[in-house]
Amino acid sequence: MTVVTDKKTRLTTSAMIASIASEGQRVQAAPFGKALVEYAANHPEVVGMTADLGKYTDLHLFAQAYPDRFFQMGMAEQLLMGAAGGMAKTGLVPFATTYAVFGTRRAYDFIHQVIAEENLNVKICCALPGLTTGYGPSHQATEDLAMMRAIPGMTVVDPCDALDIEQAVPQIAAHKGPVYMRLLRGNVPLVLDEYNYKFELGKAKMLRDGNEVLVISSGFMTMRTLEVAKELERDHINVAVLHCPTIKPLDEATILAEVRKPGRLVVVAENHSVIGGLGEAVASLLLREGVAPKKYRMLGLPDAFLDAGALPTLHDRYGISTEKMAASIRSWM
Amino acid sequence: MNLNKTSSPAETKNLLEVSHCAWRIRRYALRMGEVQGQGYVGQALGYADVLAVAYGHAMNFRPHEPEWPGRDRFLLSHGHYAIAAYAAMIEAGIIPESELETYGSDDSRLPMSGMATYTPAMEISGGSLGQGLPIAVGMALGLRHQGNSAFVYNSMSDGELDEGSTWEAAMSAAHHGLDNLICLVDINNQQADGPSTKIMGFEPLAEKWASFGWHVQRIDGNHIPSVLNAFDSARSLKDAKPRVILFDTLMGKGVPFLEAREKNHFIRVDPPEWKQALDVLDSNRPEGKK
Repeated sequence: MTVVTDKKTRLTTSAMIASIASEGQRVQAAPFGKALVEYAANHPEVVGMTADLGKYTDLHLFAQAYPDRFFQMGMAEQLLMGAAGGMAKTGLVPFATTYAVFGTRRAYDFIHQVIAEENLNVKICCALPGLTTGYGPSHQATEDLAMMRAIPGMTVVDPCDALDIEQAVPQIAAHKGPVYMRLLRGNVPLVLDEYNYKFELGKAKMLRDGNEVLVISSGFMTMRTLEVAKELERDHINVAVLHCPTIKPLDEATILAEVRKPGRLVVVAENHSVIGGLGEAVASLLLREGVAPKKYRMLGLPDAFLDAGALPTLHDRYGISTEKMAASIRSWM
Repeated sequence: MNLNKTSSPAETKNLLEVSHCAWRIRRYALRMGEVQGQGYVGQALGYADVLAVAYGHAMNFRPHEPEWPGRDRFLLSHGHYAIAAYAAMIEAGIIPESELETYGSDDSRLPMSGMATYTPAMEISGGSLGQGLPIAVGMALGLRHQGNSAFVYNSMSDGELDEGSTWEAAMSAAHHGLDNLICLVDINNQQADGPSTKIMGFEPLAEKWASFGWHVQRIDGNHIPSVLNAFDSARSLKDAKPRVILFDTLMGKGVPFLEAREKNHFIRVDPPEWKQALDVLDSNRPEGKK
């Protein structure tokens, strides 16, 4: 804990909604809301539902465009998920939004029993995934992927940037069955347009090649990894980056093919607890298939209740800032 | 149906038909209980009159077309009442009587706890208590949005009044003015650990629902004329409000030695007693043509 001794010093604050964009980075505003408005124009079956967090999940854009297709369910996440299931049973395709902590932890049984058990067409889109707020464990969804992965039939998506989100929306809407997608909202970084990339549900994509390190990553950790790769390149360390936005079902064929290429340190980088996320999913795949990389490391959040504080401080503290990631990879070489 | 005036011949005929329907539902439930030697027969016997009115009088459905879009939806939130619901579905012609023998057996369409993925016309997978009303709210919103005039019935137990999600949904239903939603609460005052009112007091219950913005009726759920009347009122009400009917029921109703037995979540029935219960029921068969 920091003791404030000099009151004149302004400390970095722990804002609820902190941007993950770095200074000067290109951003796009509200990619989820805009993409949903566009898709819904020709899909009257799409409806929007939220638990008092329309503004903070960019669903307010949908509400403005289609007021009669927007349903405010109040600050009641169990109701949100139960009602989304009921809505889907009448033939509609609800996009249900809230923060990831409330959507997953608080309403888990409703997602499990009402939505997933009947394979209903509900798209659960949750903001503040992993460590993207400094509010402490009440708002930090560090185990959401583990919880959602464990539900049979659930498709789980962890997009990297505005492009990923924009392209994922129509695909998850068209997918038959429940989907959990992590949302980045507000001014969202735009990165992947530089990599000739297209989001495809269920596919991992190589963004760059390299013969010494292979990083398999999801979410904004892919953006960080690309920065790390550029930095390490200056030290003549070649880093390949495999972006894996669909956590479940995992693109096993692509992952196995990449890991089988010999001689590389394999790192899985994720904005999630090291328990039950992409890192463990890949590890169990490799063990099942008898594919052993030269070295395997998981770069994620610790199995702990994380601190409150400013996001840059916390990303540094828990090793997911660009600097700390680069240092970790160097140390594992 | 007004009991203070002389009933019309049509009303008398309807009352008689529904009474027979309730009697047969009790009979089917006891026969299913006998198959497994267990089951929530106390609840089934207690709730049979409500189910008889729901399936035999109030609800709009097509027995051989369970997915018909215009059907009224019956949500069995208290999944353990499946034995009662199956009995009502057999009576309604949705499930063949011959299937009764499979109740609770491996690969049966009639599992011990009701599941939408197993049984035709079983609208939801209940059992995780407190989920029915939230689902019903979404269904009612979805149907109304699509101009479908069907009713959504959420059937629940008094134990589910303990669940916070029930009240989240109750507030929301009133907020959205869901006049196509009818909630049925079976108050048998019995949940897993004892009398419901001792586990978590819910009285004054009618006032609670009313203060949440619902149209409320509280009646004797084993008095068929009152049950008929309550369903008719709930359906014909013009107010833009959700409707709840609170049914005080007696577990084991119709079989006096089970009515009198020490109350428990599971009423104990010894092997020879299944036959005795059926005999008692048969000897008290409602009068008139079947």
